Amino acid sequence: MQSKQIKHPFLTRRDVIGYAILAAVIFLLLPAVLDSFRLNLFGKYLTYAFVAVGLVLCWGAGGILSLGQGIFFGLGGYCMAMFLKLEASTPENTSIQSTPGIPDFMDWNQLTALPWWWEPFYSLPLTLLAVVAVPVMFAFVIGFAMFTRRVSGVYFAIITQAVVAILTILIIGQQGFTGGVNGITDLRTLFGWDIRTEEAKTTLYFVNGALLFVVLMVAQFVRRSKLGRLLIAMRDQPDRVRFSGYDVAKFKIFIFCLGAGFAGIGGAMFTLQVGFMSPTLIGIVPSIEMVIFCAVGGRLSIIGAVYGALVVNWAKTTFSESFPELWLFGLGALFIAVVMAFPNGLAGVWAQHIEPRLLKLWPGSAKQPAAPAAEKTPAE
Amino acid sequence: MFSDYSMSELTAIFAMQGFSGLILFSVFVLMALGLAIIFGQMGVINMAHGEFMILGAYVTYLLSNLFADYMPALFGMYFFVAMFFAFFASGALGMLVEWALIRHLYKRPLDTLLATWGLSLILQQTYRTVFGAREVGVSIPDWMMGSLPITDLIEVPINGIFVMVLALSISIGVYVMMYRSGWGKQVRAINNNRQMADAVGINTAWTDRMTFAIGCGVAGVAGSAFTMIGSTGPTAGQLYIVDTFLVVVFGGAGSLLGTIASAFSISQAQSIMEFFLSGSMAKVLTLLTVVGILMLRPQGLFTLKLRK
Repeated sequence: MQSKQIKHPFLTRRDVIGYAILAAVIFLLLPAVLDSFRLNLFGKYLTYAFVAVGLVLCWGAGGILSLGQGIFFGLGGYCMAMFLKLEASTPENTSIQSTPGIPDFMDWNQLTALPWWWEPFYSLPLTLLAVVAVPVMFAFVIGFAMFTRRVSGVYFAIITQAVVAILTILIIGQQGFTGGVNGITDLRTLFGWDIRTEEAKTTLYFVNGALLFVVLMVAQFVRRSKLGRLLIAMRDQPDRVRFSGYDVAKFKIFIFCLGAGFAGIGGAMFTLQVGFMSPTLIGIVPSIEMVIFCAVGGRLSIIGAVYGALVVNWAKTTFSESFPELWLFGLGALFIAVVMAFPNGLAGVWAQHIEPRLLKLWPGSAKQPAAPAAEKTPAE
Repeated sequence: MFSDYSMSELTAIFAMQGFSGLILFSVFVLMALGLAIIFGQMGVINMAHGEFMILGAYVTYLLSNLFADYMPALFGMYFFVAMFFAFFASGALGMLVEWALIRHLYKRPLDTLLATWGLSLILQQTYRTVFGAREVGVSIPDWMMGSLPITDLIEVPINGIFVMVLALSISIGVYVMMYRSGWGKQVRAINNNRQMADAVGINTAWTDRMTFAIGCGVAGVAGSAFTMIGSTGPTAGQLYIVDTFLVVVFGGAGSLLGTIASAFSISQAQSIMEFFLSGSMAKVLTLLTVVGILMLRPQGLFTLKLRK
């Protein structure tokens, strides 16, 4: 045994540079070059980065592929939307309805009173709590049931997909309570602050960016901690970890809940910036697309996940605007390419091809530490 | 709830609802059989399974037009020819996909899932480009139209009976293939222990390819049968995929009997509940029950005893 201790610093020099570049892109470059409409679009893309970062921890590190991140994104988003909708549905604003003071879609569906479970969303603190707590609790129920029975891999993926199906059918079917397939629309103010103006959208973009960095730091902390190393051990050799005396299920539940909480925050920020929330944004198809954000960025790279979300969404908007027919071909090819040719995504391409060349150009930095071994091998 | 109906009406309602449940059951069985081979035996997640079904449906649509234009005398027979072609079209595509994609990913099941999802997107867009975004329907031959009156109140549609007969015969076909043929024995041997199967001289790579192709071919036949009871659109395959996977997982992967039993219970539960609740709530409750049971019993209803 070597006596030399392996150190796991919170941030290596590489990480510091990576986060600094990312911060510069999000807080300086994008606001400087984009008009406020495009900036708002990129703000929307960044909300998906919350989900992608959660997936890096769950899937890349933990080996748990969830096809149901849309649920958690949606739950967070709906919690926020319910608060905003209640604020927009004052008796004065809704005086033409047969029951003033309740959201318009409830009135259209002949509801005469607010359902009890909408009541907590009159309060902003409770709403902010719910944005994180509801997805986490939901993830806990799913995770507890599945992981303690050692369900993993593709079975877990299929069951999360079924849960997405259930939730979207439920939301669409219960129009009177949820706004149905149109979702919750016509959101106006947050605590009296109009969120539809350009200034508000720019402010929200920066709030979103700051929150994303908080989430990134939490994710980074988890990855660097003993928990993060255990996760990778669990992914590769669950039985050995179990025989070493660790409760594998508990770690899996924790990481799944953490990913769900991240997704919930992303969903709430999505509602705030885009101004509505609907079941078409969180169904089976969007939930799988969230996985591709993570895969394109590099399933093991936290920073990569953010770029993945940005690049894929930007490509989606650009292509589906100008060549709608080509977009699905492109997205399909992307799924196949990222699996067959680039299992480590953009981060892998960067680490293998771009970074070494950059380092050659930069003579002083020849002693850069290589990426940790775990980041080089793809997950199963 | 029941007091508004007379006794004979209630019997009729249950019979009709039960029968529509049986049609749904046949649909589920047809959808799930191909997947039971691919997922159950090979452990491959094929998210493009629905698109293979739709390919079969489009082949049937093309052939029905062909027969109507050039051989109207034989129109009553076209469906059987179409089924044959659907099987081979989907099977050939399956073989190609196995060769190009799947065989590289046998050790990475989650990646197979993503790659085949990508494939499904590409196929969907191809269908949309070739056949248009609108749903297409085939003209059903005369002998399949109408319904059989059983009593004054109970009537059963003939195309429903046809789909049921088809589901039954394909199930028997798959059963014979899997459990009574040398090929089936090889497939099950590989499923049990790949290395050992390889060592005793089974050509595992070729068997894998054939298994995948046959699974896809069965999906094509299922799609062909669906044209008899509904129309076909480019994205129709995606609607089936969750249900289909749930049926196979609920039944217990690797068990053909389990797949059929789970298709039966899910379809009956859904169609009976549909009468009392709205369609969406019936679906939600059915799926919830299935997921709930799977949480308690993740291995599904029927399991093979395997030493892992």
